Amino acid sequence: MVKSSPPSGFLIDRDDERCIRCQACARMCSNDVHAYDPEEDIIVSDNTKCVGCHFCEAICPTSALIVKHNPSQYRENFNWTSEAINDIKIQAGSGGVILTGMGCDKPYTVYWDHILLNASQVTNPSIDPLREPMELKTFIGRKPDRIEIDHSTEPKLATEISPQLELETPIMFSAMSYGSISYNTCLALARAASEFGTFWNTGEGGLHSDFYEYGPRTIVQVASGRFGVTREYLSAGAAIEIKIGQGAKPGIGGHLPGEKVTDPISETRMIPTGTDALSPAPHHDIYSIEDLRQLIYALKEATRYEKPVGVKIAAVHNVAPISSGIVRAGADFIAIDGTRGGTGAAPKVIRDNVGIPIEMAIAVVDSRLREEGIRNQASIIAAGGFRKSSDVIKAIALGADAVYIATSALVAMGCTVCQKCYTGKCNWGIATQDPYLTKRLNPEIATRRLKNLLRAWSLEIKEMIGGMGINAIESLRGNREQLRGTGLNEVELKMLGIKPVGEAW
Amino acid sequence: MVKTRNYPNYTGLIMRRMEIDRGGCSLFGMMDETGEKFSGAQVVKAIAKMQDRENGLGGGFAGYGIYPSFKDHYAFHLLYNDEKAKELTEDYLEENYSIEKAEPIPTRKNTMIMAPPLLWRYFLSAKETKVNNGIDQDFVVSTVMKINREIEGAFVISSGKNMGIFKGVGFSEEVGKFFRLEKYKGYAWTAHGRFPTNTVGWWGGSHPFGLLDWSVIHNGEISSYGINKRYLENFGYNCTLFTDTEVITYLFDLLARKHGFDFNVIGRILAAPFWDEIGRLPDNQREICKALRMAYGSALVNGPFAIIIGHTGGIVGINDRIKLRPLVAARKDGILYLSSEESGIREVCSSPDEVWMPEAGEPVIGKLRGLDG
Repeated sequence: MVKSSPPSGFLIDRDDERCIRCQACARMCSNDVHAYDPEEDIIVSDNTKCVGCHFCEAICPTSALIVKHNPSQYRENFNWTSEAINDIKIQAGSGGVILTGMGCDKPYTVYWDHILLNASQVTNPSIDPLREPMELKTFIGRKPDRIEIDHSTEPKLATEISPQLELETPIMFSAMSYGSISYNTCLALARAASEFGTFWNTGEGGLHSDFYEYGPRTIVQVASGRFGVTREYLSAGAAIEIKIGQGAKPGIGGHLPGEKVTDPISETRMIPTGTDALSPAPHHDIYSIEDLRQLIYALKEATRYEKPVGVKIAAVHNVAPISSGIVRAGADFIAIDGTRGGTGAAPKVIRDNVGIPIEMAIAVVDSRLREEGIRNQASIIAAGGFRKSSDVIKAIALGADAVYIATSALVAMGCTVCQKCYTGKCNWGIATQDPYLTKRLNPEIATRRLKNLLRAWSLEIKEMIGGMGINAIESLRGNREQLRGTGLNEVELKMLGIKPVGEAW
Repeated sequence: MVKTRNYPNYTGLIMRRMEIDRGGCSLFGMMDETGEKFSGAQVVKAIAKMQDRENGLGGGFAGYGIYPSFKDHYAFHLLYNDEKAKELTEDYLEENYSIEKAEPIPTRKNTMIMAPPLLWRYFLSAKETKVNNGIDQDFVVSTVMKINREIEGAFVISSGKNMGIFKGVGFSEEVGKFFRLEKYKGYAWTAHGRFPTNTVGWWGGSHPFGLLDWSVIHNGEISSYGINKRYLENFGYNCTLFTDTEVITYLFDLLARKHGFDFNVIGRILAAPFWDEIGRLPDNQREICKALRMAYGSALVNGPFAIIIGHTGGIVGINDRIKLRPLVAARKDGILYLSSEESGIREVCSSPDEVWMPEAGEPVIGKLRGLDG
């Protein structure tokens, strides 16, 4: 029987005249695509192994390589797409669930691309951020409904303010565990967050002892596997996030393959080296909202009510009532991860078919909490596929307090979103634990690039809100009058709570 | 300014069309802090001086202390499109209030004032049986909201005690003459000349905007409208008029009456100091300002504005946090003057003791002596 495996998605185009046989590609490619044949003095490339990460292209000193899409096609068919046919071939061969990495890549409506922003003309002046102060400072945590001031002597604040995270820009790094990403990647995230004045998130993999010094800029996660959760870990962070779900894989747990569980990861996660790290689908002590409340308060007790405790969920159909329940259960913030949120490893069928986009989730959660008069009680952090500063600003205008970015941060460090994180062979040294690969990521340079990204987006946000005549981010938050929808139907506009383009105030 | 969507179903004279009120606008405020009363003629004269800043599509005045014989009654000023609206409104008022007196608001013929609506005033006290939480101010607020939202062709422009708002479509000077303001005496007055762009104004949409004894006149446009409105909805305020002025009035009612803040604190909420500035304050002040920005971020009024608020206790002028609209203040012999331009002040007070430009976000407070708040 002829082997029926899917063709490679990529073709390597090598310009033999440019190639100097340095063999860098052959040495470096973790997927063993390139090999040198000394007898013929040529480098041959096995296209079937190529994942399209473009690392060889980036390091080739003579630019002899181009990684292209493989033009080989099945008969065109809108139902039986190449992807559908190939997935069947893979499963017929393996008998297993197809894994993938990063966020959903299907062409569901990206609402960000259907929302346009406002700007001032004549009647109120736009503000130039190069000349006027423009404030992005953001606080995450429970806010009081009213403030009382004691005027009996010197005016003094009489209302106790719950613990808050103070951000210089409304952008944080989202949860990525040590294990799914490398030590150097974690280090760069931690440093960039600390130096810029925002926060990074440990994900569910615990906090390596070297990173405790970044604790004041760290959100520590408590997930269903409870990896690395100790008293010291909880105390080290600036805030605690209970992870219930993730946008890329709502309803299921996590799986870090044993090959990625090296000694330092085993130590950080408190599991034996080389064993699979499986986090269960539900928390085995949370089967109801009451149970969640108990965990929230157990964590608050354990940290003496000194830190905000929040809950991360995947955006699903019922996200609004669920969020309301979570706020009433005592969470100081809710992190909502939309269906385009990334992952180190998830079943493809779940990543591509479960959940709702973050845009809708922000809109319905913000509206619901306002209707119930509890919006002040918790901050909303939105996550799931933020690609640019305009996505961020739209999220805030819809009602988010801040956003989490992860894929964008990885791209800043080299990632090309090839979706192969789950293989542990990341050529860019990001989603891997192989020391040969991880040393490719220089933490100093990566830190600088992350800070550059935060700076660039913050500048762009300042330009855009200045254009609206706004000089403090809180005047944009939930200000949906600044948004207009294009190419959306009436129901979608209603759900997003925005007017169509062309309609005045 | 006035926004155009979902406006209440008014027709005809009162509600011509609600559209944008932006651009110029002139403000004037004057109060005698000793409580000495003076006639409305002075403010009419002052606002007339700044006629360049208006375009004849709206003018209005608020006077305090003008109804001494009914000082314990809520003075409602009503605009009606027709007799039917009047009938429905009066039925509703009779059911809920004892009406001490009802009369047409006296006016004089003025060819410059086109097609005025029916103008009536009522002196009312709430029936005790109707006020369930014992706070009749909340009941009055709900009455105003109900009439304005539900009775077609009726609009309450003024609802405070011992004060009144007089406004209409036309140049402010003509509106002042039309209402015979020289016949009223008050200790505090505010005046507004309006420059709405691209539309005909309507009577109810002119300034001052009032609720209880609050009156607000406003020059500017606020970019934070969307969130200010949603914030107020949390507290039961329905912004039916889609105007910035309405939002500012409700914010004052919420912050001053319900949350009990003085005007200095309210200034730090509506025109919050920048974080840099807050960082330089002494500890206790810094803590207060930081907490206010955290808790009341959605009440920050962002965008260019100069406003003068009137209330029983006095008048307050305030600018946005980077002062994008003009506001000048002056004092002479116990009288505080606030004006868009100094010319307005000089018109009625040729040699003030001091004239100054208030800093961005810094409230200028005129306070009636011997009265709390």
